Amino acid sequence: MSSRILIGTRKGTFIAEKTSRGWCPRLSGHAGSGVNFVAADPHTGRLWALLGHGHWGAKLSISDDAGATWSDAGAQIKYPEGARFIGQDMYEDASSSFGVGWKIRTKPATLAKLWVIAFGPEGRVFVGTIPGGLFESRDGGASFALNLRLWNHPSRGGDLSQGDAAAETKWFGTPASEGGDFAPGIHSIEIDPRQPDRMLIGVSTAGVIETTDGGKTWRSRNKGMTLDHTPEPDAEWGHDVHAIELCKGAPEHVWQQNHTGIYYSRDGAATWTRVSKPENGVRFGFPVTTDAEDGRVAWVLPAEGDNKRMAIGGGLFVARTDDGGQSWRTLRAGLPQELAYDVVYRHALHNDAGSVAFGSTTGNLYVSDDRGEQWATVANNLPPIYSVRFA
Amino acid sequence: MAEPSAPVAWYLRAMVRVQLTRHLFTFFPGLEGKAIEVEAATVADVVRSLDALAPGIGFYICDELGRLRTHVNIFVSKQMIRDRHALSDAVAANDEVFILQALSGG
Repeated sequence: MSSRILIGTRKGTFIAEKTSRGWCPRLSGHAGSGVNFVAADPHTGRLWALLGHGHWGAKLSISDDAGATWSDAGAQIKYPEGARFIGQDMYEDASSSFGVGWKIRTKPATLAKLWVIAFGPEGRVFVGTIPGGLFESRDGGASFALNLRLWNHPSRGGDLSQGDAAAETKWFGTPASEGGDFAPGIHSIEIDPRQPDRMLIGVSTAGVIETTDGGKTWRSRNKGMTLDHTPEPDAEWGHDVHAIELCKGAPEHVWQQNHTGIYYSRDGAATWTRVSKPENGVRFGFPVTTDAEDGRVAWVLPAEGDNKRMAIGGGLFVARTDDGGQSWRTLRAGLPQELAYDVVYRHALHNDAGSVAFGSTTGNLYVSDDRGEQWATVANNLPPIYSVRFA
Repeated sequence: MAEPSAPVAWYLRAMVRVQLTRHLFTFFPGLEGKAIEVEAATVADVVRSLDALAPGIGFYICDELGRLRTHVNIFVSKQMIRDRHALSDAVAANDEVFILQALSGG
């Protein structure tokens, strides 16, 4: 069981360690800088932090001494020359009754956000970005290259390096980059431990995409998901996946928190079933995490949404299913039940061997060591929390 | 790294002083307290020379296309540069180049 939690926040990287007095957090580094995600490479022990410096751009930072010191990685993520994508720009339009219009145009890609990092065997490191890039390293992060097969996928208009697209993109946007630009983003990268050439990625806003040949070919995995808020609910693309996670020990079990509810797949994301229980408040949210052994078990952080995006009724709770989403238990013991309006972002809930942790944008960090039955407050005054990972 | 929009003859290069916002010393503490002087004909040259002094700083100031980041400003003496895309603004002997961030809340 992990005795360490890595925490990315709007103002730095924190590490909580389990001691005889409980979980004790401390500032590890990057004071004052936005940290979107912090994770440990299980093969090397190296810590990676995905920074958003605002004025100064997004940077990869590494630590080889368990977070005592950090430095910029020698290889930074940069879009290659000629990488272009179809984006949407808002502009002032006096002829529109709204005063603004959307202009679709093909534009050069530059790094807007580092959002998630994942580690495979044999030195493979993957980073998901805005705008919609999957960068991969095969040398432990000494160098990165954009996966061009996915970048040039027909679903986003094909190869745009030589000119404008003949087709249109099916990848829509998220305003989640620091600058607020509206562009697609890759926020989930799930590698099948039994078959590392198989990988699922989650894209806001496109859907779930799978490769089974190490990134050479990619296909949508959105069957069963519905786009309730659009005129074409069963469209192949355009799904607002908030997070996905597969069961490490049984990777045919995959969980997804989506804008339109919670989805579960028992066939490796080939088909999805919606397993929300709106009558219990279990529907909308951002993160999801599943047990590493029993793929029927998952935790979510329900929120009132999508028009409010806050804890329901001022009482914070976690919901857990033990039976593949047929039933959900709401777990409140130890969590504030009055005037609590915390929001938990997509990377800020995690579990490991019976322990579950989550952090909110209100700077609260909670940990349970009994699968969510009882919660302990670890911190109340951290900066807004972006990611929580046992490591 | 930024490229000038037109070639500039080597003999136009001059020594210019560079002043950085203190914010950058957080990431490049080795530059703090140093008098920074580089040889350059354009602002793009200045950024390139700075990157040689402090590897990586160029990617803090410019994006991967060599464009000045949106919320970063460069002044040559008291004049804000005009070419934010290629940083082709000329610099001359005794110019002082200021690199600073736009102020923002939060």
